Amino acid sequence: MEIYDVIVVGTGHAGCEAALAAARMGCKTLLFTLNMDNIALMPCNPSIGGPAKGHLVREIDALGGQMGKNIQKTALQIRRLNTKKGPAVQALRAQADKKRYFAVMKYVLENTENLELRQGLVDEVLVKGSQVAGVSTNTGSIYHGKTVILCTGTYLKGRIHIGEVSFESGPYGQFPSLRLADNLRSLGFEMVRFKTGTPPRIDARTIDYTKMQKQTGDRLLGGFSYEEEESLTQELPCWLTYTTPETHRIIRDNLESSSLYGGWITGIGPRYCPSIEVKIMRFPERERHQIFIEPEGWKNNEMYVSGLSNSLPEDIQTIMIRTIPGLEKTHITRFAYAIEYDCLVPTELKLSLETKRIDGLFTAGQINGSSGYEEAAAQGIIAGINAALKVKGEAPFILDRSESYIGVLIDDLVTKGTEEPYRIMTSRAEYRLLLRHENADIRLSEKGFRLGLLSPPRYKEFCEKKVLIEEEIKRLKTSEIVPSKEINNALESIGTPPLKKPIPLAELLRRPDVDYRAVDILLPSEFKLSADVIHEVETEIKYEGYISRQLNEVERFKRMEERRIPYDLDYSKIPGLSSEAIEKLEKVRPISFGQASRISGVSPADISIVMIYMEEQRKGKRG
Amino acid sequence: MQEDTIAAISTPIGEGAISIIRLSGPESISIVNGIFKTPDNHGLIEAASHTIHYGHIVDPEDNSIIDEVLVNIMRAPRTYTREDIVEINGHGGGVPLRRILELVMRGGCRLAEPGEFTKKAFLNGRIDLAQAEAVIDIIRAKTDLGSRVALSHLKGSLSKEIEEIGDEIIDIVAAIEVAIDFPEDDLEDVDISNITDDLLGISKRLSHLLDTADSGRILRQGLKTAIIGKPNVGKSSLLNLILRESRAIVTEIPGTTRDIIQETVNIKDVPLILLDTAGLRETGELVERLGIERTLEALEEAELILYVVDSSTELTSEDHDILDRSVNKDVIVVLNKIDLPSITTKETIRDLLKEKGRDLPIVQISAKNRSGLEDLERVILEEVFKGKSLSGAQDLIMLNVRQKDLLERGIKRLNEGLDGIERGLPADIIALELKAVGRILSEITGKFIDEEIIDRIFSQFCVGK
Ligand SMILES: Nc1nc2c(ncn2[C@@H]2O[C@H](COP(=O)(O)OP(=O)(O)OP(=O)(O)O)[C@@H](O)[C@H]2O)c(=O)[nH]1
Ligand SMILES: [Mg+2]
Repeated sequence: MEIYDVIVVGTGHAGCEAALAAARMGCKTLLFTLNMDNIALMPCNPSIGGPAKGHLVREIDALGGQMGKNIQKTALQIRRLNTKKGPAVQALRAQADKKRYFAVMKYVLENTENLELRQGLVDEVLVKGSQVAGVSTNTGSIYHGKTVILCTGTYLKGRIHIGEVSFESGPYGQFPSLRLADNLRSLGFEMVRFKTGTPPRIDARTIDYTKMQKQTGDRLLGGFSYEEEESLTQELPCWLTYTTPETHRIIRDNLESSSLYGGWITGIGPRYCPSIEVKIMRFPERERHQIFIEPEGWKNNEMYVSGLSNSLPEDIQTIMIRTIPGLEKTHITRFAYAIEYDCLVPTELKLSLETKRIDGLFTAGQINGSSGYEEAAAQGIIAGINAALKVKGEAPFILDRSESYIGVLIDDLVTKGTEEPYRIMTSRAEYRLLLRHENADIRLSEKGFRLGLLSPPRYKEFCEKKVLIEEEIKRLKTSEIVPSKEINNALESIGTPPLKKPIPLAELLRRPDVDYRAVDILLPSEFKLSADVIHEVETEIKYEGYISRQLNEVERFKRMEERRIPYDLDYSKIPGLSSEAIEKLEKVRPISFGQASRISGVSPADISIVMIYMEEQRKGKRG
Repeated sequence: MQEDTIAAISTPIGEGAISIIRLSGPESISIVNGIFKTPDNHGLIEAASHTIHYGHIVDPEDNSIIDEVLVNIMRAPRTYTREDIVEINGHGGGVPLRRILELVMRGGCRLAEPGEFTKKAFLNGRIDLAQAEAVIDIIRAKTDLGSRVALSHLKGSLSKEIEEIGDEIIDIVAAIEVAIDFPEDDLEDVDISNITDDLLGISKRLSHLLDTADSGRILRQGLKTAIIGKPNVGKSSLLNLILRESRAIVTEIPGTTRDIIQETVNIKDVPLILLDTAGLRETGELVERLGIERTLEALEEAELILYVVDSSTELTSEDHDILDRSVNKDVIVVLNKIDLPSITTKETIRDLLKEKGRDLPIVQISAKNRSGLEDLERVILEEVFKGKSLSGAQDLIMLNVRQKDLLERGIKRLNEGLDGIERGLPADIIALELKAVGRILSEITGKFIDEEIIDRIFSQFCVGK
């Protein structure tokens, strides 16, 4: 009998990362896809990155994951966002060539050792006692596995709504997965129904671009991955247009016929991704809304109409879209729809993304109530790593909120649960000044290497970079610049006051109007430093006060994270705990006092009571 | 594991001649050392365990002497908490004691939670199970107070003010954050100079709050508040309205109330002593004239006057008289019976006030329809917190040390943020700093701000594709 170490179900962004991580860590891995021709599909927007999301991609890359490399190879254009809003929130966003993205990812999967791909529809998770044993498919085949990772996206009981019409379906014309959700329910899992949607796609030949604003990329060489990549030689632009009062009128007049307002949808949709109906109803004072027309790829005439997600009947969609400047004669190739799907209540999970109910069963991606490709991939790599560690009998790999957006994402989901499809945002990260796009490698590469995911050459490169940064910071702090006529003239020429006495270079660099380049000209480093290194050095010095403030906060935070709580603690036996606290603590089963303190409904006093109880127990045992 | 250093007053304030401030934690000796001067200038850093030192607590900022004290040094582990403990024995007296506590907190320790010394003692293995039970009780007592605990020492309108300020901060942060998290959405740019103005305003309001509370402008005994006006204008009706019960007799006959009726009532935790009086007018009737004498006395003694005017009648010379008699008082003009066709309006009264060279708040109510009471209560509180109404008041309540400390820290952090903005600090750090201010204030009001910011982003901005 063949037994796989890890069986991954689903080849979306979570499934691909999960399978790659497990296989690269040496596990015999089987990856199920519904369709060999649709791997790493982007059923919604053809874009990856943005604030916090782009940060996730860099973190995945720093750990040795695939998403960053893949988007870098298949981008149509890349923009750098938030360049003037500070060091913590700068981020990249790329338009992706959907088909190339798929092809490149498939090629990587196919050429990864220990990894087998198989087309098939998994209907059931096989369980022995409370231990996962494998999966079975709709054709009756049984596969044995030590661990199973479900990455089934929005396919579980997927139902598409267009106006009054609705039918069972996966996203983007894919098959749904109808039985697996019932199987999970029968295994005792608590599930909820969420909703999301996608806008229409239109034929590029039927767009009048003269009525739109062109939006090009920043001609970047990549930057999603720390690995060197070929530069982007050719870009495809996006186009900006707006809805009109007429668009709004049509939508308002036909509101009742949309699936959402007609009452056909029960699932909960995300607030940050409102359909155009919702935007118009909730913000009636807005006269227009942005519509971005985004390319879906080279040699591909389909264009994505960003901002026009809706669930109106098809005929209304056609009339409505033609009220938008530039789209008067447009032809819709795929209509917009809303999709409802089942997902797990994420408090069913441990921080390792293993389910609490079934040993060895992991879940990652939209099945956990998140949304977004990046959020899915981030969970995928963590689930893959933890399945592999489980097979090897090692302790789980958990990133905390102070070291990564991945940690923020998973901790939020698992500790607080979510009322709507969860999206990562920089404002969710308490320590975001430390969680910069640029320093993801500093934060995580060491860990990626230890896990065996980061190649030795890349690790070596990283170590060298780290030393360069440290050395340069040291130099700037210790070498002084002595005022001379020449130097003061130079300073005044860049608009900063002259020096009266010698000061360390770092102090000069802290002036708002002085950048690293100026400092380096006045007193050059002996090394030729890369832009990456310079950026880090500059940030670390310019914002040192604020960074060290956050580091202090992290120290307090860690103290609570390091105080562990046993997984099987019987909260109902603790005298003095409120019943609400007992219920919440039993559900979440926090691993640390830090995690416990983030559960809503658990007060600081409850935490104290648990601490004291544990101490009593410890002493009781000893005495 | 580096633990916090905590401090608390360990004798009840005001009781006994000696009060003790106790510190526990790794920093306790160095913190006290920073504010303590001995006659021979020996520091505490080298002091042996279980020794007592005589000297003065000195404010390091201006070297002023706060109190003459004995300092008791006890080094870990032979202490109650198994940490370094320092006890400062002062001369009782609330004010120096509070100042010392403020100084040690400025030095870097935080105020102990109820039962925290005992908790530390227990966790560090110093006391046994039975004693620990008592700690749980203390902590539980705190839980039972629930969300009230953060507010319990604060007078209602103060906490409301802080909540409002917190809310404004959330609005500002949300506006910055939404632009950061949704940079490609069609949002108005955040205008940093607008933010600066708003933040300056907030900083001022917080400082004012601190001053108000600090100089103890809130009464414990109750603010003497006289309801004055001509007969039949609805004074007794107003009393009943504020008390929410039929305490005074109300009739349509002018001159119903003869003797003064006194009742106490709390408006958002501010106690008022309300006096309903006889209507002022020329009269031949003896009993009524005696009543009017009393009214005039009450008017003299009152710290706040609710001057009631019947909007359905004309102003008369008596109204002039009432205003003339209350020149040095805090007066709120209550324009009653606005449910009836009006003859005297807000404007008429404003003209009269102008003529008299006065600027008084005017509140319109209908005692009959029970409308306008909220406004009136708000205006009363405003008068109280303007601090003018307190001429004769003694025995004052102050903010407790923790709340004061939080307010001060909030203001300090906010002002640092403002400095940062001036130095061109980028938006992402400004938002972090403001969030920190919000979090400090939320320790007073007990409201979580992080989730609220995210809610605000989605409720106030149209974002997402
Ligand atoms: N329509 C109307 N009538 C009111 C209002 N307030 C009081 N009254 C009536 O006015 C009359 C006098 O009310 P009181 O409260 O006894 O007046 P007072 O000022 O205490 O009168 P004295 O004690 O006689 O000085 C009663 O008939 C009340 O019902 C009001 O807001 N609207
Ligand atoms: Mg009366």
